[in-house]
Amino acid sequence: MIPSPLLAIRNLTVEFATRRGTVTAVKAIDIDVGKGETVAIVGESGSGKSVTSYALMRILDRAGRIASGSMIFSGLELARMPETEMRNLRGRELSMIFQNPRAALNPIRKIGHQIEDVLRQHALVGATQAQQKAIEALANVRIARPEERYHAYPFELSGGMCQRVVIALALACRPQLLIADEPTTGLDVTTQKAVMDLVSELTRERAMSSILITHDLGLAAAYADRVVVMEKGDVVETADANTIFRTPLHAYTRKLMRATPRPGCQLRDLLPEETISPVPSPVANQPSKQQHAPILRVENLIKEYPKAKSAGGLLSLLGGKSEEPFRAVNAISFCVGRGESVGLVGESGCGKSTTSLMVTRLIDATSGRIEFDGTDLTQIPARQFAASPFRARIQMVFQDPTDSLNPRFTAARAIADPLLRFPRLKPGESIRQRCEKLAGQVGLPLDLLDRFPHQLSGGQKARVGIARAIALEPDLIILDEPTAALDVSVQAIVLNLLQDLKQKLGMSYLFVSHDLHVVGLMCDRLIVMRGGEIVEQGNSADILANPRHEYTQALIAAIPAPPASR
Amino acid sequence: MSESSGVQPALRVRQQAPSSPGLWTHGVHIIAENPVTGLAFGLFTLIVFAALFGPMIAPFDPLASNTAEALKGPTRVHWFGTDQLGRDIFSRVLVATRLDFTIAIASVALVFFLGGLAGVTAGYFGGWVDKLVGRIADTIMAFPLFVLAMGIVAALGNSVTNIIIATAIINFPLYARVARAEANVRREAGFVQAARLAGNSEWRLLLTQIVPNIMPIMAVQMSLTMGYAILNAAGLSFIGLGVRPPTPEWGIMVAEGASFIVSGEWWIAFFPGLALMIAVFCFNLLGDGVRDLIDPQRRT
Repeated sequence: MIPSPLLAIRNLTVEFATRRGTVTAVKAIDIDVGKGETVAIVGESGSGKSVTSYALMRILDRAGRIASGSMIFSGLELARMPETEMRNLRGRELSMIFQNPRAALNPIRKIGHQIEDVLRQHALVGATQAQQKAIEALANVRIARPEERYHAYPFELSGGMCQRVVIALALACRPQLLIADEPTTGLDVTTQKAVMDLVSELTRERAMSSILITHDLGLAAAYADRVVVMEKGDVVETADANTIFRTPLHAYTRKLMRATPRPGCQLRDLLPEETISPVPSPVANQPSKQQHAPILRVENLIKEYPKAKSAGGLLSLLGGKSEEPFRAVNAISFCVGRGESVGLVGESGCGKSTTSLMVTRLIDATSGRIEFDGTDLTQIPARQFAASPFRARIQMVFQDPTDSLNPRFTAARAIADPLLRFPRLKPGESIRQRCEKLAGQVGLPLDLLDRFPHQLSGGQKARVGIARAIALEPDLIILDEPTAALDVSVQAIVLNLLQDLKQKLGMSYLFVSHDLHVVGLMCDRLIVMRGGEIVEQGNSADILANPRHEYTQALIAAIPAPPASR
Repeated sequence: MSESSGVQPALRVRQQAPSSPGLWTHGVHIIAENPVTGLAFGLFTLIVFAALFGPMIAPFDPLASNTAEALKGPTRVHWFGTDQLGRDIFSRVLVATRLDFTIAIASVALVFFLGGLAGVTAGYFGGWVDKLVGRIADTIMAFPLFVLAMGIVAALGNSVTNIIIATAIINFPLYARVARAEANVRREAGFVQAARLAGNSEWRLLLTQIVPNIMPIMAVQMSLTMGYAILNAAGLSFIGLGVRPPTPEWGIMVAEGASFIVSGEWWIAFFPGLALMIAVFCFNLLGDGVRDLIDPQRRT
């Protein structure tokens, strides 16, 4: 390896003081970052990857402390450096890109001024050149018309633009080391590609070193030179990016790689080898795949919002004032067959969430038909739909398992909620028994039923959400990115669970997602949406293999190559 | 809290999960973390005790005058001294606790119910309800609140009930606005949508999903306005509205004693004033403690 690395972390241990005693988040890890090298730290939540980067920047919160170890950065010991000197280094020598770009920018300050602040803080420019330097920094991150954007506020920019500004901030003082903590989480896949390409180009140009912290093996494989895999505070494997994915040595790395959805694999392939169970046989009365009688038929569905609410400042600035309402969903038609899984794919703002809210009858459509089992549901207003018998037959699994559970209800109470409104109990069965049966179906241990959401893990909360959705044995479940907030290994389990439940209970799924690989695994058919319109629909295997529409092609091309296909 | 009638006993929501500590250990932890909370709870217990048993344990009859003993400073017999009629101030302060505490509790309960309900309804449904509640709150806030309370008591008549009503009215905007803001941010939360999918009507959603979640912040608000309510009631009595002499009440006692401070008999006004201060101080501190105690996120 490189004789004297730019950064050498040795024996680093980070502890957090909590009510239940000291928790060691990072356990005596060693990481080297050479000059000009990009190192990816990969791991699932709780692996200590973010804590490592916070320790490096010395921005651990009050409860956390560096218990032992050293962090030598170009000859300087960061672990015991006084705060005043550390402040001088942050931003100038070491800088960081955070996960949520919008939260990292001051919402009430022009972005140009925010860049000037950093430059002035490190006394790199005088007041006269500051503006020019800031504009230069914006131009460097490929922001078009930087002179105009200098005066923009963060809310006027898209998520991808904001992340570019954050990158400009981080690179303004030409640091030697850039730490990117999940820099593209929450961004669309095409934006992710643009942002990551930009970061790697800029770091290469300036011969900077960088640390990329991510949970996405594909991203790490595509952009890093070396990969460090962390699990529960330990570094389990460190190797060259090319070799680690070809010949992973540690069992955890292999498990992560298996769990990452990739082209050409089956849903069962995602699970760890030892836990694979046979695919359950479908229910007897389920029609064969060819003749799906449609359970849901959507025709010419339109949703309009008044312009004032939907358009941001920049949009109305560019387009001038117009009275025309904004069409979130523009005359789409599709159908979902009985027992079929249909994927609805698109980037943020494409109207897929609005569509799913209309189909679940949480919001009213402006016009069009939603025909469910032969009845046009748009005739029943959303406000009165709760009382309709159809309510029990259309259910939904939400994107964020935490947000979708009432923090003051136990798991059992959450699962029971639909049963209290629509009691569908077998004779002699109590609601509690039904909850326990549902918990069993989704693989939730019974002793967790009396816990509150904050006492459950992400995967367990997802199971509670699924149990609640299947409690009424609905015909159609809308899955709104059900695994977006979960780790890949948990995602693998949840996806398989959903598939098994569908087979057992004979439900239909409308699977809303931005992840083409996941949708490809789960769904028989695929619908690609963009700007409120359907650009392509058809058999999912065909679309993934030969996308016709150029947008679908761009979407597929933007997915970072998952490790196995390299 | 608002369980439906159809719930089987087996499903009764248990207060805490087996793995989580009970309310007692949780309380001990909260107090250990912040001793000021412990102090506030201690004072609160003292006030409740005085309110419940004050008349029983008072050493003297608070109304009995004894001119021979008039205007005596604190002694071993009369701990807080005596007033111009020779009444024992300690007994009067102790007995007054019940009246002041009752006024505070009743007015806070009233405004919590009315203001809270108006606020959550406004925040959750929006539209004309929101506008109406907002304008009512604005109108009340447009007056100097104490002067408004004076006006209400003067108009409705001089009675304890009217003090309670006046105190509740001037606190209405605080409750309505807090409840409105809290309900508004939770209106689109995932768990509310999920409950809507479960077939709950809008009013049920409001009562079972929104209200329990805004309780912590409302409890803090209640504790804070409790002190304010006591102060307000005492203030009204001080200027001669509401409770009338010879009823023992902190505000009247301070008013009566005020004229004697110049001549050196400081204890007549001082001790009821001290009681008032301690009560208000206690309720203000209690707010933080209550929030820590009932927030489920803190109980890990």
